[in-house]
Amino acid sequence: MNFEFSEEQELLREQARGFLGENCAPSVVRGVLDSQGDYDAELWKKVAEMGWTSTVIPEEFGGLGLSYLELVVVAEELGRAVAPIPFSSSVYLATEAILANGSVEQKEKWLPKLATGEAIGTFALAEGSGRPSAELLNTRLDAGKLTGKKLPVPDGNIADFAVVVAKSDTGDGASLALVDLNQDAVTRRSVRTLDFSRGHSSMEFTGAEAEILGVDGSGWSAMEALMDRAAVMFAWEQVGIADAALEQARDYAMGRYAFGRAIASYQAIKHKLADMYVKNTLARSNCYYGAWALNSDSSELALAAATARVGAIQASVNAAQENVQTHGGMGFTWEFDCQFFYRRAKLLSVNIGSEGFWQDKLITAYEQSNVA
Amino acid sequence: MDFADTQEEATFRQEAADWLKANVPSKQELEGMDEIEAAKFWQKKKYDAGWACITWNKEFGGIGATAIQSVIWNQEESKYDVPQGVFQIGQGMAAPTLMTWGQPEHHERYLPKLASGEEIWCQLFSEPAGGSDLAALRTKAEKDGDDWIINGQKIWTSGAHYSDYGILVVRTDPNVAKHKGLSYFFLDMKSPGVEIKPIKQLTGGAGFNEVYFTDVRIPDSQRLGEVGQGWQVALTTLMNERAAIGGGGGGVNVDLAYKIASEVMIDGKTATRDSAVRAKLANWYVQESGLKFTGYRSMTALSKGTTPGPENSIGKLVGAPKNQEMASFCMDLMEMNGAIWDEELSKEAGLVQMSYMGSPGLRIAGGTDEIMANIIAERVLGLPQEPRMDKGMAFTDVPTGGGS
Repeated sequence: MNFEFSEEQELLREQARGFLGENCAPSVVRGVLDSQGDYDAELWKKVAEMGWTSTVIPEEFGGLGLSYLELVVVAEELGRAVAPIPFSSSVYLATEAILANGSVEQKEKWLPKLATGEAIGTFALAEGSGRPSAELLNTRLDAGKLTGKKLPVPDGNIADFAVVVAKSDTGDGASLALVDLNQDAVTRRSVRTLDFSRGHSSMEFTGAEAEILGVDGSGWSAMEALMDRAAVMFAWEQVGIADAALEQARDYAMGRYAFGRAIASYQAIKHKLADMYVKNTLARSNCYYGAWALNSDSSELALAAATARVGAIQASVNAAQENVQTHGGMGFTWEFDCQFFYRRAKLLSVNIGSEGFWQDKLITAYEQSNVA
Repeated sequence: MDFADTQEEATFRQEAADWLKANVPSKQELEGMDEIEAAKFWQKKKYDAGWACITWNKEFGGIGATAIQSVIWNQEESKYDVPQGVFQIGQGMAAPTLMTWGQPEHHERYLPKLASGEEIWCQLFSEPAGGSDLAALRTKAEKDGDDWIINGQKIWTSGAHYSDYGILVVRTDPNVAKHKGLSYFFLDMKSPGVEIKPIKQLTGGAGFNEVYFTDVRIPDSQRLGEVGQGWQVALTTLMNERAAIGGGGGGVNVDLAYKIASEVMIDGKTATRDSAVRAKLANWYVQESGLKFTGYRSMTALSKGTTPGPENSIGKLVGAPKNQEMASFCMDLMEMNGAIWDEELSKEAGLVQMSYMGSPGLRIAGGTDEIMANIIAERVLGLPQEPRMDKGMAFTDVPTGGGS
């Protein structure tokens, strides 16, 4: 039994935490938040220089060729720091979509640029409110032309290309389209979201040049496989948020006095923080399972990913909410940083499908694992 | 990161599995024995072959195995339905206390018979006025020559009626602060003046007892630790209690709940197709899986030679309420029939109803949910204790609220 990260991976964590402490201080997050910008371009550049965007990209495409265990270590640290960069869109989704489905040409074109951070990719599935399904898709890819509207697209304003889920008349009813976003037939508009430190946009395609990624008519299953992989990495970011929120709540409760004693000495607060700890610990352990399944290409990935994702959603949203509550009135001010976790935890919790969506996927995977 | 045993662990696991395969008693072998006799039979068989209490030193009946080997042994043994449980308090709690605080002659006399299962021990700590606040206990001991005379009452004593010995915390000085006036003994449960009365639980069963002491004599040689040091000795026992009670496993799990849901209908569809049912099952799956992999992380720590700390309290804190919630939910799935607790008329032979009735006990025994949350808050997160009204006060001056 060796259910832990290696010494090298722990060293990477230390290094990542140190780097983000220096380069992604709360003032950096606040800078993007205050200006409602799309991201911190300077931080993105430095993160790419650290090699994090190239972690799992094979060396032949300019990457480091490391494992997903290294990538989830970085993901957790980015979560703790509430980093205002398009890492999840570009690395967990766009890079993964090309790695899994791209032709050699597509890989050669995009992976080296994704590795250096020169290109930012994103993933476009949603077309407004409600749970997506292949039948409800309105975006179409016909003879290399993409038409339709996507909303919201995370990091849509700053992305160079998007992987778009489009309707198909064959197979599972969908295809993945790879579309360069720097063309006239693509209209992007910033949309306001609850997390001002991460830009989102609407995206309209009016006959945009696009090529198919993978096989026509197997886009829906490709999307589901992609979501399973991304869910593990999202979950690690969320666990990072959950622990950072718990630590913030703890530190505040130790220093804040009421009725002549630290509020951390009241059982109402102690039990709240203990509950946060329990949820965070279970979520983290499930994330280990997810990381193991992702890294070993296990047949249990669908179940492990959904388990990690549901636990991480619950832990991070709970920790972010109760952190504000522990701070009392000050937690509700713009001035305090509690809002960072509160915003980001909920954003990540809907970004690739809600708690309910993943609960359903979990039980579906559970049913399939029992049949197998 | 992987689940595989190391080479050494795999070899050990194979040895354990081989021995178990060849030696687990058949139903016929155990026929005619009651629960205690069957448990003693199996324990003796393990002891004779060197598979009892394997982490103990050789002279006490063990093989000096590592903690991870012990986990592996338990995993392999739990694959079989073998009689066990009655030795848990003696082997898991009394023995480590004897090892830490006892004299060499105590070790020689008592540990081998604990390992072999010849002697069963119970724990005499809780009292009507000392539950979560255990140190508020009142049973008193007064010195008389080389003996101590014990008077008072203990409660919630599992297995007192079939135990040979008991570990006991008593008050030897009521005029000093609460924690400082305690001393720790062990005694022969057949001593004159010991009276055992079963407690009927809300389940209808009776696994616990009240134990009354009337002028019971205990020789001073059966004291562990110094006079007045009883609280520290008791902490050794309690630390091991949480390890012994462990993850709150058994009872209702997702597999069982899913099975029941697949056999009942909601709005003309199997209940497993209902989104509210699926969401609940998913949440419990997350908890079960989270506990399982938290266990794997602890095992890794053990494997590397570190001791898991108080963070292990989450097993009971999560497992016990989950069991209660799931049992309740499964009864809801059965709708009106959920009320029936009958092996023939209930699904799963009434296991769900039995779990529902038993689960309040799991949330209380060995530290209530609230105490477990305090342990996590104080020992893991480092939060301060609540102020104590009785701090520094002589025990006799501590307010009691009049009741007991």
